[in-house]
Amino acid sequence: MIELRDLRKAFNQGRPNEFWAIRGVSLSLEANRVTVFKGPSGSGKTTLLSMIGCLARPTEGRILFEDRLLSGLPERFLTEVRRRTFGFIFQQFNLIKGLSVLENVMLPGYPLGGPRHALEAGARDLLAQFGLADKARYRVEWLSGGEAQRTAICRALINGPRVLIADEPTANLDTALSRDFMRIVGELKAAGKTVLLTSHDPEVYDAPQVDRVIEMRDGRVE
Amino acid sequence: MPTWLQRQKYLIDFTLSSLLRRRAKNAGLLLVYTLIVFVLASVMLFTHALRHEAVHVLAQAPEIVLQRMVAGRHDLVPATYLDRIGEVRGVHKKSGRLWGYFYDPAVKANYTLLVPPTDAPAGGEAVIGAGIARARGLAVGDFVTWRGSDGQPRSLRVARLLDSDSELVSSDLVLVSEDFFRGFFGIPAGQYTDLALSVRNPREVRKVAEKLALLLPDTRPILREEILRTYDAVFAWRQGIVYVLLIGAVLAFVVFAWDKASGLSAEERREIGILKAVGWETGDVIRMKFWEGAIVSLTAFLLGYVTAYAHVFFADAALFEPVLKGWAVLYPHFQLTPTIDGLQLATLFFFTVFPYTVATIVPIWRAAITDPDTVMR
Repeated sequence: MIELRDLRKAFNQGRPNEFWAIRGVSLSLEANRVTVFKGPSGSGKTTLLSMIGCLARPTEGRILFEDRLLSGLPERFLTEVRRRTFGFIFQQFNLIKGLSVLENVMLPGYPLGGPRHALEAGARDLLAQFGLADKARYRVEWLSGGEAQRTAICRALINGPRVLIADEPTANLDTALSRDFMRIVGELKAAGKTVLLTSHDPEVYDAPQVDRVIEMRDGRVE
Repeated sequence: MPTWLQRQKYLIDFTLSSLLRRRAKNAGLLLVYTLIVFVLASVMLFTHALRHEAVHVLAQAPEIVLQRMVAGRHDLVPATYLDRIGEVRGVHKKSGRLWGYFYDPAVKANYTLLVPPTDAPAGGEAVIGAGIARARGLAVGDFVTWRGSDGQPRSLRVARLLDSDSELVSSDLVLVSEDFFRGFFGIPAGQYTDLALSVRNPREVRKVAEKLALLLPDTRPILREEILRTYDAVFAWRQGIVYVLLIGAVLAFVVFAWDKASGLSAEERREIGILKAVGWETGDVIRMKFWEGAIVSLTAFLLGYVTAYAHVFFADAALFEPVLKGWAVLYPHFQLTPTIDGLQLATLFFFTVFPYTVATIVPIWRAAITDPDTVMR
């Protein structure tokens, strides 16, 4: 489904502080699987997922999604792909403070310009699915860690993406909530989603829902 | 609803909630911005209304007023000049006017004494303006005594007060009979203060004035349009003085607004990164910021302008009245006719709304075009 060919990524290229975060990664990621990228801090996990999810561009190499080249697309098309294909769950959740749970979940749907009632109905369905129906009007600052993460999951799913990307999803959760998260991952996989995770949490990479663990170090796959 | 329109609605929705989330900053900015617009609009509306009033009042004035000049100073004009003016084609009506100034030491004010062409008061009576009545505490039936040019006191009974609607031009006016006027100022029969001439065709006014200047070289014709231009210049000059005085405040606001509009806080940068990460395009982010600038500036403009309108036309421009109307003992009380100059409105709009809106877009560009990954790190 997703193919990476000799991917490289440099920060501050050409400057004295030039740093190569990814140093030649070639991989094939299958559809409808849960894949975990494991490795110490600075191994390039987050950078790799950012490039797969079209959040950043590779310095060299190619990314293909179902044989379609993503890495060379202009920004407008890349955004369209990111919008419809990928859903992101960030380590810090990155919900917008001051907005309600419902508004945060609906945000990715705004650029699509669809009817508001349909977008709101879809968001409420997702919130109900994840047990947050009664929290729709709550400000996100009032949520617990688990509730915030489930809100982030709903936001990631609002546009019906095929691939879900989660960066260190359990970093701010206790063991119980981490297991709960992995249970949700299993349900998403059962619903036909492809899930890509980064983690150095054993509750994640040792979970039964995980199909494949890829170890990374110093920007390379081991 | 078209997709594009719905998209703009979503952007405006998000922008409004974004503005409300930074209430203190935006409220302060809106207040200062509104104040600046209010001040500028008040000055514009007031001076425009005064000019408009002057045009309206002068519409009844004669097209040409002919004054006799001696050694560069205004002197009395003989009645025989009226007969000589009869030779000039284009002059429709001509008449001699009797008017003059009188300084009343009791209230330290100057009055204008005038003999009206029709319905002059009876001998020994006067019709006075509301400003004089207020200054001297006079009512109908009261007597007022002034010393004439021969040193003799002369009394007048107040027969009537001039209508308060005409106070703009009649506040300091005293209407008297011809006999009283000539006796009071010592002006013999056959002499007038100046001559009033009507010209039927407005396009002939300048030509008639030229002919008069040739026919009567010791006179100067004053055209009604020249009087209007003088009023225009006076009010424009005063308007300019106020603007110059305000320039410090306006510049301070420009710096303040630019700083607020062009600076992006860490929180705002983070939000932009999140928006891009969840699928917003660079264009969506820029449009959102455009709406933010437009909403703030449009709101400030509307609030400022409406408040200025109320201030000028309902509160008599209390803040600027003394500067723009001038100082006088006999200050007329009058109600200005609400009037708006479209060009001034458009100019104010362009120079307040447009720069601020642009100022919010320019700094957002760099944040909006960077990879969301970079922005979020």
